[in-house]
Amino acid sequence: MINQIVHIISKHIDSILMSCILFAMLVGLFVLYSASGESLNRLTSQLINISVAITIMWAVANIQPQLMERIALPLYLIGLLLLLGVALFGNISHGARRWLDLGVMKIQPSELMRIAAPMMLAWFFSKRENALRVTDFFIGFLILIAPVLFILKQPDLGTSLLVSASGFFVIFLAGLSWRIMLGGMMTIGALIPVFWSLLHDYQRRRVMILIDPTQDPLGAGYHIIQSTIAQGSGGLTGKGWLNGSQSQLDFLPERTTDFIFSVFSEEFGMVGNLLLILLFSTIIARGLYITSQAKSTFSRLLAGSITLTFFIYIFVNIGMVSGLLPVVGVPLPLISYGGTSMVTILLGFGILMSIHTHKNLVASG
Amino acid sequence: MRRRPELRNHQHELHQFKLRLAVLGFVVLIGFSTLIIRFYFLQVVRYEHYHTLAENNRISVVPTAPTRGIITDRNGTTIAHNFFVYALEITPSKVDDLEKTIADISQLVEISSSDIKRFKKLKERTHEFESIPIRTHLNEVEAAKFAANRFRFPGVDIKSRLFRHYPNEKLGAHIAGYIGRINDNDLDWLRESNVLSNYKGSDHIGKSGIEQYYEKTLHGITGFQQVEINAEGKAVRVLSSKAPVSGNNLTLSIDLELQAIAEKGFGESRGALVAIQPKTGEVLALVSMPTFDPNLFVGGIDTKNWRRLNESEDKPLINRPLRGIYPPGSTFKPFVALAGLEAGKRLPPYSIQDQGYFTLPNSSHRYRDWKVDGHGIVDVTRAITVSCDTFFYGLAIELGIEKLANFVRHFGFGEKSGIDIGGENSGLLPTPEWKRRRFKQPWYVGETVIVGIGQGYTLVTPMQLAYATAVLANKGTAMKPHLVTAITNIETGEVSHIKPVLTEQIVLSDSNLEIVKKAMIDVTLPGGTAAFVGNNAGYSIAAKTGTAQVIGIKQNEKYNEKSINARHRDHALFIAYAPTEDPTIAIAAIVENGGHGGSAAGPIVRQVMDYYLLGKKPLASDSKLLPSPTPVEEMHHD
Repeated sequence: MINQIVHIISKHIDSILMSCILFAMLVGLFVLYSASGESLNRLTSQLINISVAITIMWAVANIQPQLMERIALPLYLIGLLLLLGVALFGNISHGARRWLDLGVMKIQPSELMRIAAPMMLAWFFSKRENALRVTDFFIGFLILIAPVLFILKQPDLGTSLLVSASGFFVIFLAGLSWRIMLGGMMTIGALIPVFWSLLHDYQRRRVMILIDPTQDPLGAGYHIIQSTIAQGSGGLTGKGWLNGSQSQLDFLPERTTDFIFSVFSEEFGMVGNLLLILLFSTIIARGLYITSQAKSTFSRLLAGSITLTFFIYIFVNIGMVSGLLPVVGVPLPLISYGGTSMVTILLGFGILMSIHTHKNLVASG
Repeated sequence: MRRRPELRNHQHELHQFKLRLAVLGFVVLIGFSTLIIRFYFLQVVRYEHYHTLAENNRISVVPTAPTRGIITDRNGTTIAHNFFVYALEITPSKVDDLEKTIADISQLVEISSSDIKRFKKLKERTHEFESIPIRTHLNEVEAAKFAANRFRFPGVDIKSRLFRHYPNEKLGAHIAGYIGRINDNDLDWLRESNVLSNYKGSDHIGKSGIEQYYEKTLHGITGFQQVEINAEGKAVRVLSSKAPVSGNNLTLSIDLELQAIAEKGFGESRGALVAIQPKTGEVLALVSMPTFDPNLFVGGIDTKNWRRLNESEDKPLINRPLRGIYPPGSTFKPFVALAGLEAGKRLPPYSIQDQGYFTLPNSSHRYRDWKVDGHGIVDVTRAITVSCDTFFYGLAIELGIEKLANFVRHFGFGEKSGIDIGGENSGLLPTPEWKRRRFKQPWYVGETVIVGIGQGYTLVTPMQLAYATAVLANKGTAMKPHLVTAITNIETGEVSHIKPVLTEQIVLSDSNLEIVKKAMIDVTLPGGTAAFVGNNAGYSIAAKTGTAQVIGIKQNEKYNEKSINARHRDHALFIAYAPTEDPTIAIAAIVENGGHGGSAAGPIVRQVMDYYLLGKKPLASDSKLLPSPTPVEEMHHD
């Protein structure tokens, strides 16, 4: 009886992915406790976030991939409509228009697009798989660029980057020819100087600060300076849990959300960093394996995109807090405090699990 | 590109897919390797460096505030500049007991409770190791007294800080406006416009006038020093620094001499005057009386002075040229006349027989002329010259309110002039649609009648009146009024001149313009309502007087200037431009409760014109009035 219940619950859960995810979340809770100044309230609300996200993941894992294929188009269209709604009636907070107040609840449609956009593209390319032409890739780009422009306008650089990446991975995996890619890159490369000459001085200054935040040490650069000091002073083995001086003093900003990795890095050092990267690598490797085993084109493209977008999350966040990449506002998946991104990430893993555990039910092709 | 759906092909595609997946897997590998190399660099190679920074020293970024741009008038006379003052500053991190230190200092140097309040507010905004002023504007004696006792106060220093200063004090105070301490509203604004980090070193921000409108131009770019701070909060050494970039200097179109003459002309009276160059839209004088000393606001105004200014019945803080709204009275008539002429109505020699009142058909209500027994035979020219009300009552009815409003709107009535100072009022040009919206009531014909003489709902700002006069003087070529004529980048020496902007080109017939102009010239000639203004001028002036009622006069009541409370007396209005052959100055003046338009406002305008056109300064003896106005007739109205 009990075995049966356990079987029903865990039937569509991938145990390797699940244990890695849970372990990463546990690490995240420890870091959060330290970063929030040992706040139990923060810990409790993050636990609620995690419970909600895991429930959603479980529910999604139980949905058949064919159903996802069917709802891809409507989901994408709803997402676009909501983005339009945000642009017209959205609530402004922290100078950006991201939230849509539906009366009952507030939603952030750009988060929905992180899943809906790659889903739509995977559906589109799976429909065209036997007759792919160059124009299809062009249409694919249009499908992607519409939500990206809306999100960029909000403005939310981080999310638009992630949506672009997730869409690009689908297009790339669908077989975009190397020649077009090379041509596209060269065109963009050639257009940069032209575009640059069209910018005003103050606009150039802004772009420069985005690329090199240390030029604005009173604003964006302050975060980077403090965050590299925290990481560097962590050394090989770290200062120990709850002992990071930079994090405990008020030097490090946003230390429970976007900059949480600096806290981890200061307290657990390079050894900690390597172990965390190893953990993330295991998750990605499992994702790539699931992708390679997927039976339909739709699920292959979607699984590949979800796995690699997860990598982009990690790379952009850690690159950003280590001073390698511009600060664009991307949280560290599974570790950073926050409900919305936690739900989106686990929803993605739910899809991966669904694809993997339903594959024997899917007719080949 | 086209492929047939075959099994082989499917196998081929799957192979392709796995190849691409492998490529991406390789990208992941490279990405993580890059991060690991970065960790190695930060945490192993540079470990000592960061360890030192974190453990022994704390790194800090100290902002260095830029020098605010200087404001000058068209002749280079300073309106706003900066100067150094001594300030007593405390670095909180170096002081053990802040309360006690402040109490001890106040034994030597006077420290008020508002000084302490300001200090505490600033302390919340700044780092512990930055010094914060506790007392500013120390005089020499106070500075010396403290210097002798300095050893007793570690962490307290005398520093020289740049302060904004308005050397002309009350003169033209509303133009430059003033700067004040950054408050919560300002912080919100800075945050929203994404420039908060540029204000880290600044305590002040433009609060009104040019200082506010051109805040971003004047402020400059904040520099910084990245310094190492040791455990005692003392700067050990500067790691890197970037010099601040000074704000831009502004040159205004204002002529301060002209401004001074105009302000002096007002004496103790309240009112406003605006002088514009019709061809460029440059504002030569922007007078708001009474005025105030903007220097009071720079260090944070004290309660006593704030009460005095804010609660005064004279409202010195209100910028009357832009925010004061008045019925235009008879100064509206030239524009109504032009509206009629352009519509083909009242073209000379058309005349009316004025009996001293106007009645609507089927009504016994008499709209009275200011002259009880009427002006006799009146054509459009004479109607302006003697300011005949009856003539304009009839014309307004014949034009209809819509047509009238649509015509005069081109002269800027009912709309903001767009001058480069904030807070402008748009006045009111009433229409039936406006009344429906505002009062949910229909428009009555009688309301059109009184719009013809600039009464009723019609409201104008002195700025609008001057602008309309300038447009008239410039034959319909409407130039946007502006104050800043040049922006100088003092880092590069580059000067960018602000070009005049054409607002609208109104198409008007030359002969109609000529009719109105001649009538307005006649106003300043013997027989006109402002004959004394044109007396011995040496150049030709086109003008119109006006009177705006402050309280309503009943149908059979007589207005008696002497028996009425001074604050209820009529406002005196006057518009003029000169020389009429090729106008270079257009002016509107309003003297609140000045009674009759010509007598109170006219002489001030004449003095301004004499200076601008002839370089003649008024003699000390006639600082208040020019030749005393001769009562032409019984001048109760115009």
